[in-house]
Amino acid sequence: MIPEPFEYEVAESADHALELLGRFGTDAKLLAGGHSLLPLMKLRLALPPALVDIGRLSDLSYIRDNGDAIAVGALTCHEDLQFSDVLKQHCPIVSHAAGEIGDPQVRHRGTIGGAVSHGDPAADLASVLLTLDAEFVIHSTSGDRVVPAADFFKDLFEVDISTQEMLTEIRIPKLQGAGWSYQKFHARAQDWAVVGVAAVVNRSNGSIDAAVGLTTMGDTPLRARAVEEALSSGADVATASQEADRDTNPPDDHMGSAGYRRELSKVLTRRALEESLSR
Amino acid sequence: MKRIAVTVNGTRRESEVEPRQLLVIHLREDLGLTGTKIGCDTTSCGACTVLIDGKSVKSCNVLAVQADGREVTTIEGLAADGTMHPLQEAFRNNHGLQCGYCTPGMIMAALSLIDAGTPLEDEEDIRLALEGNLCRCTGYQNIVKSIKDAAGQMRSSASA
Ligand SMILES: Cc1cc2nc3c(=O)[nH]c(=O)nc-3n(C[C@H](O)[C@H](O)[C@H](O)COP(=O)(O)OP(=O)(O)OC[C@H]3O[C@@H](n4cnc5c(N)ncnc54)[C@H](O)[C@@H]3O)c2cc1C
Ligand code: FES
Ligand code: FES
Repeated sequence: MIPEPFEYEVAESADHALELLGRFGTDAKLLAGGHSLLPLMKLRLALPPALVDIGRLSDLSYIRDNGDAIAVGALTCHEDLQFSDVLKQHCPIVSHAAGEIGDPQVRHRGTIGGAVSHGDPAADLASVLLTLDAEFVIHSTSGDRVVPAADFFKDLFEVDISTQEMLTEIRIPKLQGAGWSYQKFHARAQDWAVVGVAAVVNRSNGSIDAAVGLTTMGDTPLRARAVEEALSSGADVATASQEADRDTNPPDDHMGSAGYRRELSKVLTRRALEESLSR
Repeated sequence: MKRIAVTVNGTRRESEVEPRQLLVIHLREDLGLTGTKIGCDTTSCGACTVLIDGKSVKSCNVLAVQADGREVTTIEGLAADGTMHPLQEAFRNNHGLQCGYCTPGMIMAALSLIDAGTPLEDEEDIRLALEGNLCRCTGYQNIVKSIKDAAGQMRSSASA
């Protein structure tokens, strides 16, 4: 399958990409690794009249230690996240989750910016970054704005980036020694998550302070707030995990029914919390 | 149409392509390199795996224009002066193929893994690292054996 024809230009810089978006109009799309966009275009589920290729912006491929946070350029590919020593040291959940994406070929092409901008609730990095309260730097001709993860994911395939903006950087707070886990459940190694659960856990005076995020449990990546609240009011892990599917809306598809996903989310939440507490 | 120049198996190839042309079709139909196969066309099976700048990619999900200025290696680029590459030799010696349709992709994926230093001593490691490549014939046993054999040889000759 070859996509429908489209116009194509290579961006030489982030500002040049914005200029090209301005010229092509609101239906044009940025092309990063193309590993979410091109499959949709081949299937005619997306028909952008023009693509602006940002895949050559190597100055937006970086992983830097900025003190309290790690700054990651939007064009950094999954493989670089997976093998980054800086991330392994300060945000090991990110390098672990990146290594769980697709297969090596996919990880060589797909980028962190594309993974979150696509707004797919099945994206492993999206729920992990939501759990970590990461921040997204959005660039436009009027400058940069910084959006917290809690406000970034709007709806199915919809995030807080307009057609004339571009994500340039993701700022990920360091774990500072917190326990962590990412439980991805899939039948075959290269598959997407039927359900995924991310957890970051600190113990504070006897109670558990946890952030828990869910992959493929609704129209966006979600936080399991009911689990977090149960734990902070003293519930044990097994009891709190029973709240994992509260306020979720999981899909019903060939990988699993909604009811199956609800049960799975509870089991995976328990496993994620137990593993986090053991680290 | 876009003018692109891709270094394919060491030779610079200039062409005019439509931006929507897939790299796999550019290789097979424009450049006549039919060693690279199309199995699924949905980025699942890995039959179309080639290297871009030394790293494995599924060329059914890459545009030819995205390879402009890059180095692409296909299965045709492995044998040198009539001598098979150690991976090709290992697949032959270990009966690592039956119909052979998945083989070019398996070999290119394995080459990328070996070059990247991926641990491949253990059969379990090889199976997991090959998650992006499917074979409908062999049951994988001899593919795993072939890659273990080649990786061992390539690494010991590299460190010798
Ligand atoms: C076979 C296969 C298996 C996969 N398995 C998984 C999996 O298990 N888990 C998982 O999480 N993902 C998986 N993916 C998706 C993969 O992670 C993609 O790489 C990723 O979702 C998109 O990144 P990309 O760079 O390819 O983006 P593209 O496809 O280039 O872009 C995706 C969207 O984001 C927009 N965009 C891209 N970059 C920016 C930017 N900087 N600013 C604003 N908008 C931007 C584009 O315009 C487009 O709308 C898989 C993909 C394939 C093909
Ligand atoms: S043909 Fe490209 S992955 Fe199957
Ligand atoms: S040998 Fe036939 S598909 Fe692998």
